[in-house]
Amino acid sequence: MNKTLIIIKREYLSRVKKKSFLLVTFLMPILFIGLYAAIIVLTMKSFENTHATVYVYDHGQDGVDELLENSKNLTFIKGEDDLAGRLAKLHSSKDNTGVLIISDDFYNSKSVEYISSNKPNVTIQSEIKKNLRKIVREKQYADLDIDLEKIQQVDDQVYLSAKEINLEGEAQDSHTNVAMFLAMGLSALVYIALMLYGTQVLRGVIEEKTNRIVEVIISSVKPFELMMGKIVGIALVGLTQFLLWIVLSIGLFTVGTTLFLNPESFQSLETAQMSSSMDSQMDTLPENIQEIIQAIDFPMILGSFALFFIGGYLLYSALFAAIGSAVDNETEANQFTLPVTMPLLLAYVLSFGVLVNDPHGPIAVWLSMIPLTSPIAMMVRIAFGVPIWEIAVSLTLLILGFILTTWIAGKIYRVGILMYGKKASFKEIFKWLKYNK
Amino acid sequence: MLSIQGIVKKYADHVALDHVSLEVPKGKIYGLLGPNGAGKTSLIRIINQITAPDEGRIFFNEEPLSPKHIAKIGYLPEERGLYKKMKIGEQMIYLAQLKGLSRSEAIQKIKYWFEKLHMETWWEKKVEDLSKGMQQKVQFVATIVHNPELIILDEPFSGFDPVNTQIIQDEILELNKNGATIIYSTHRMESVEELCDHIALINKSQKILEGEVNAIKQQYRKQQYQIYYQSDQEAQNWPSTDLFSLLNTETLASNTKLLTVQSHSASLNDILAFFIPWVQIQEVKEIIPSMRDIFIEHVTPTSKQPISNE
Repeated sequence: MNKTLIIIKREYLSRVKKKSFLLVTFLMPILFIGLYAAIIVLTMKSFENTHATVYVYDHGQDGVDELLENSKNLTFIKGEDDLAGRLAKLHSSKDNTGVLIISDDFYNSKSVEYISSNKPNVTIQSEIKKNLRKIVREKQYADLDIDLEKIQQVDDQVYLSAKEINLEGEAQDSHTNVAMFLAMGLSALVYIALMLYGTQVLRGVIEEKTNRIVEVIISSVKPFELMMGKIVGIALVGLTQFLLWIVLSIGLFTVGTTLFLNPESFQSLETAQMSSSMDSQMDTLPENIQEIIQAIDFPMILGSFALFFIGGYLLYSALFAAIGSAVDNETEANQFTLPVTMPLLLAYVLSFGVLVNDPHGPIAVWLSMIPLTSPIAMMVRIAFGVPIWEIAVSLTLLILGFILTTWIAGKIYRVGILMYGKKASFKEIFKWLKYNK
Repeated sequence: MLSIQGIVKKYADHVALDHVSLEVPKGKIYGLLGPNGAGKTSLIRIINQITAPDEGRIFFNEEPLSPKHIAKIGYLPEERGLYKKMKIGEQMIYLAQLKGLSRSEAIQKIKYWFEKLHMETWWEKKVEDLSKGMQQKVQFVATIVHNPELIILDEPFSGFDPVNTQIIQDEILELNKNGATIIYSTHRMESVEELCDHIALINKSQKILEGEVNAIKQQYRKQQYQIYYQSDQEAQNWPSTDLFSLLNTETLASNTKLLTVQSHSASLNDILAFFIPWVQIQEVKEIIPSMRDIFIEHVTPTSKQPISNE
């Protein structure tokens, strides 16, 4: 059997057989789905419970307090008693209670004060504001002699449905919001995966070095074979884990949706989301969850995730292996891993800003081409749709990138693993690159 | 067996090996001696093809050393270790497979050695459950499990108690008897004379001595003799002579004395002939330097002048 294969086999089996691997693999999806379910449940709960009782103290003579309208979330009560006494009571009250103080010159100053027992809820604040704005608006219409009825006939609502041209030249619905969330999710996933498995490579190399077993092994195989065996073995561990996660997630999701979620609860979830949208940024809210899922090009995303994960992993894990070989313990490794993973971190952070806001802008395009950042940047862009040729160029560059880093890492690794007790510096490591043999 | 010719190895800030040439004869135990930092480990790593020399060539059985010879070499490094969390049996199979054995071959040979060294019960254990001496034994088996023609042992006895040292030493001798050539690297001289047929002494990146142990010892004879004799008289009763000079006199018992003499190119026979008329000789011994003496003489900073044949 090829010796690299023997190494791959050991690296793979020794990790997959560990109890911690099984634990992480099977608990993670349960944890994730549990978390997601908890978020949904809590969000729905929070909409049910948002109700406030507001005592109104109007210091003016305009009768503004008379115009306030009760709604589902708000109950206005005219503050008849003493304001100071009410405020004192407010302090001890546990319910969602507040005091609204309207100044005597409200129509000019347009300012009110809202005091509540604890930090006022954003929804409540905006509803009160909405109420007051309506009062001001109607007063101004009246002052300007504008016929309110005519105004109400004006309907300036515009319906914009964003479509994009697909490969067949047909326009299809563009789910920008979906793409955005998907992009952020993918970015986080790639980042976490690269760091997770890269660190495993780092640890493995350090383990062999501090164990001193490395010298026995490299008397049988070339250091490069050992390094590649480890990198590939751990890559397979990663892929196995992802495969299991996908299978488990799909399984759990299917079971979960059929058992616990009926169509009505889907609808209530959507209304909840509707009312939660602060402003009208979300023009085209998907009709239902099925449509969201259909909008995602799963084979494309999974396929490119696999390719970019593997490419990025090979690139970074080679660097991690080189770092591991140069140091004697993990603490010492930190000073090297930080600068090396900087580009990755940069792409990750940007994926929540520039990259999703302008996925086809120059920054995004450059980042998605540079091998150090492309595994994340390209995944973000792919969520929005990227021409195949760009993906191909990016992948080619990534492959060239990891060939280069593997070559450099191999040189550092070969020297590093036999250096004991010597504190390596970047200067020292550059010197190793020059060793011929 | 192994012919090392003009090896030079340079590191960034120093020269580890400076034109070192060695001939390791087949079937012998070859001692590679030298103080710490002399360049022994660098040389061994080159023989194991872990690193490559900057200059020089190495021949293994008259063929240029190449990766195909890896399976014929067994190497026990000075810095040794095993995977702490891996079971001993699996670990041994892994290491043997890397040396080119098939899985079934590996299992069979490992079982043989484990039985021989009474380690059968360790198969399912993890390295972290073993004592240091036990780990060394496991490591020794890993070194020889693939029946190497050349076994390179770098300080093989460090960490062994006397009982295990004896067991391993016996195994080394038996392997040698069965045809294996052994390179034994050490800076501890006690076992060298017991084990080695040939030695090479390396100091400060250079070979300064090589040859058969006995020949080297002969070469370093200083023509000093110890003569035990009986005499009732307190003082010397023999005339002065040019044959030798006296280095030391000692009274051992009431009438037994010990003389240490330095011959001035006179033979032992001449010296004895000189003494016979005057004293009752009991025992005569030539002082032959131990490897330890030769070693220390060559590596102490005050005596670093090149070797001449006295």
